[in-house]
Amino acid sequence: MRLSSDELVFWRHGFIKVNGTLVYTWALMLVLAVGSKLVTRKLSAHQERSRWQNLLEMIVIAIGKQIEEIGLRDAGKYLGFLGTLFLFIAAANLGTVIPGYEPPTGSLSTTAALALCVFIAVPFYGIADRGLGGYLKSYLEPTPIMLPLNIISELSRTLAMAVRLFGNMMSGTMIIAILLTITPFLFPIVMTALGLLTGMVQAYIFSILSAVYIAAATRPAGPEPIPTPIPRTD
Amino acid sequence: MLIDWFTVGAQAGNFLILVWLLKRFLYKPILAAVDTREKRIAAAIADAEAGKSLAQKERDEFRNKNEAFAAERAALFARAGEEAKAEGARLLAEARGAADALSAKRGETLKRDAANLHQAIVRRTRQEVFAVARKALADLAAVGLEERMAEVFIRRLGEMDGASKSVFAEGLRSASVATPVLVRSAFDLPAAPRAAIQQAVNGASAAEIPLRFEAAPDLVGGIELTANGQKVAWSISEYLASLEKSIVEVSDGAVA
Repeated sequence: MRLSSDELVFWRHGFIKVNGTLVYTWALMLVLAVGSKLVTRKLSAHQERSRWQNLLEMIVIAIGKQIEEIGLRDAGKYLGFLGTLFLFIAAANLGTVIPGYEPPTGSLSTTAALALCVFIAVPFYGIADRGLGGYLKSYLEPTPIMLPLNIISELSRTLAMAVRLFGNMMSGTMIIAILLTITPFLFPIVMTALGLLTGMVQAYIFSILSAVYIAAATRPAGPEPIPTPIPRTD
Repeated sequence: MLIDWFTVGAQAGNFLILVWLLKRFLYKPILAAVDTREKRIAAAIADAEAGKSLAQKERDEFRNKNEAFAAERAALFARAGEEAKAEGARLLAEARGAADALSAKRGETLKRDAANLHQAIVRRTRQEVFAVARKALADLAAVGLEERMAEVFIRRLGEMDGASKSVFAEGLRSASVATPVLVRSAFDLPAAPRAAIQQAVNGASAAEIPLRFEAAPDLVGGIELTANGQKVAWSISEYLASLEKSIVEVSDGAVA
C-alpha cells in the first residue's frame, strides 16, 4: 500500500522523475485552466449570463469577500495567490470521488510545497506592504525577546500547515482503503462523503490560515485605529 | 521518505504556474465582467434616478400648468358669464328700446292715420253737407245756397248793436280802392249775392264801399267780411264742430 502518490513513479531520469503527484497535479491544472478559459471565453457583462459564469463569479467574489473579512485591505492583490490556493486544494480534495484518483494533497511533498509558497509569500507581501524594515521589525514585537520565538513560530506554523493538510488527506484515503477491505461497500461511501467535507474544510483552513499569516505580516504595528462613522450626506 | 524534494520543487512551480493561469483565465476576466456590470448597473441606476427626477420635475410642471389652466379656465368662465349677462342686458335694453321706438312710431302712424282720416271725414262731410244742404235748399225753396248764405250774412250785419255797428262802419269807411274790404267765402259768390252784400255794406256804412270778393275753401261754407280789424262772419263751421267732435270721439275710440 502506498502512503502517497509520490511512490507511483511513471518516469525517472536521475533526480528528475514524473510521479503520480505531478501527473494528478497537471491534470488538475489542466482542468482548472481549461475550464476557466472555456467559461470566461464568452463572459457577459449584462444581467443575463450563463450558469457557469454565475458559479465562477460567486466563487471569485466569495473568496474576495473572505479575504477582506480577514483584514486584508486590497483583496484583489491577494486573490491570485490565496484564491488559487483554495481552488487547487479544494479541487484536489473533491477529486477523491473519482475512482482511482489519488489527491496530490495526500502527498507531503505537495503540502510542503504549498506551505513553502505560503512561507515565502508572507514576507513577500509583508515587505511589499510595510517595507523591509517594517517587516523585520514585526519579529521584535511585542519585545525583542520574542525574536527567537517568532522565528520558531514562523517555521513551525509552516510545518504544521503542511502536515495538517497531508495528514487529513492521507488519513482519509487510507481509512477508505482499509474500510474497503474489511467492511461492506456502504461504509466507504459514507467515508468518501465525509472525506469530501473534510477536504473542503481543509482547503478552507489552509487558505484562511495563509490569509491570516499574510494579514499579520502586512498589518501595521500598534493597535488598529477605531473607524469613526462618517455621517451620510445624502 | 515522505518528502521528495524534487516533487516539492516541481509542485511549487506547478502552483505558481497555476496562479498565473488562473489569474489570466479566471480572476481577471471575471472581475472585469463584474466591474463592467456594476458600472453598467450604476449607470442604469443613475439614468433611472435622472429620469425619475426629470419625471418628477415634469410632473410638478404639469401639475402647476394644470392648476394655472384650471384657474384661467375658471376666470375665463366667470368673465364669459359676466360678459354674456352684460350682453344679454344690453340686447334686452336694445330690444326694449327698439320695441318702444316701434311702439312710438306705430302710435305716431296711428295718430297720423287718425288725423288723415279725420281730415278726410271732415272734408267729405263738408262736401256731403253742402251737397245735401244745397240740394235741400234748391229743392225746397228753389233758392241757391250761396244766396241763402248771403241773406243770412246780410241779416247779421243788420242785427249788429249800435256801438259795434258804428265801429264797424268806421272800419269800412277807411277802405279805399287800393285797399278794398275783403269778403271771403268758401266758394265764388254769384253776382246776385255779391250785389246784395254790396248794398248791405253800403247801407251799413252810408257810403260806397269797395269790396273785393275772394274764395277761401278753408272757410267751410260761409262768408266773412274783414275791415280795419273788424270782422263779420257766418259759416256752417259751428254746425260742423259738433259733428267733428263726435267723429273725433269715434276715431279716438278706434285708436285705443
